Amino acid sequence: MPKLVRRRYLALEVVSEQAVTERAVINAVWKAILQLFGEYGASQTDLSLIKADPERNYAVVRCSHKSLERTRASIASITEINGKPAVVHVIGVSGTLRALRKKVST
Amino acid sequence: MRKFVDLHLRAPIKDLYQVERMVRKSSELGYRLVGILVPPNITRDQINQLQHICSDAKIDFVTRVDFSPKTARELLHNLRRFRRKFEVISVTCTSKGVARQAAKDRRVDLLHFPATDLRKRFFDHAEAELASKALSSLEIEMAPLLLLTGFSRIRLLSRLRREVAIAERFKVPVTISSGATNEYLIRGPHDYAALTTLFDMPISSALCALSENPVAMVERNREKLSPNYVAPGIRVVGRKTGA
Repeated sequence: MPKLVRRRYLALEVVSEQAVTERAVINAVWKAILQLFGEYGASQTDLSLIKADPERNYAVVRCSHKSLERTRASIASITEINGKPAVVHVIGVSGTLRALRKKVST
Repeated sequence: MRKFVDLHLRAPIKDLYQVERMVRKSSELGYRLVGILVPPNITRDQINQLQHICSDAKIDFVTRVDFSPKTARELLHNLRRFRRKFEVISVTCTSKGVARQAAKDRRVDLLHFPATDLRKRFFDHAEAELASKALSSLEIEMAPLLLLTGFSRIRLLSRLRREVAIAERFKVPVTISSGATNEYLIRGPHDYAALTTLFDMPISSALCALSENPVAMVERNREKLSPNYVAPGIRVVGRKTGA
């Protein structure tokens, strides 16, 4: 029987002086993970972008449950996107997208 | 529910608009108490303005002053002069003599060490032993961790790992603060807790360092600064009026 993969969904708020595309957000997160934990660490995060709304500066990424703190630390270490000062705040973490939506909307 | 504290906002107090933005951001991110770095010669009016900004953002405000004396004698002079005027006193230790004096003096709340010059980080076993008896806290500022890159960040992480282990061994309280100069350097308390895992600090200890430890320090100092305080455990409960 296949082992159940536990995941965590993170709702992100991007604050930047310029408009940020979804590609730029996920690239910044990958760059931060690579810088802090290297390729081996990055491979364990199982990171992927679920959705992004550049107009609302909002994005949702998914990572593995075990690498949540690693992913969160990497996201917190982002200080610029596309060479401009930027910050990415984690506004909610949940095990399912539905629960995340509820958490963020409250 | 935890009350999160950021005891080190390096907001430029002459630019009140910037102070307001930083305080609002801290409030949005879940902090309930902020310490704003003020110069020792700050006026009562300026403090009132800062207080007003913080109360508008529904956040508690603490006055914090930093000393970076060159000698232990200068430190003692500063403490004698300013201790009763500010709620939190931090000492940036730039020499071993100052570091030892700051660690054993009960009037010092936070021991702060330069992040870039690692030879001036004097937090070793002897320092920790003195600090644990005097109830001083080791302050870890997170802004340098975000700003440094490459080898300097590696060396800082390595030093912080050692210092946190020593602090834990000698039961020295640790306080985590942002040290932010603008709102782009402020992170949420849980993000800081995640960042502390980089120097092997357990999440539970990190959350204590962001809430219980600084709250206990501020409450202790506020009690000491209140007019009814006499000595530890002794306070005035009522005064005789008229003769």
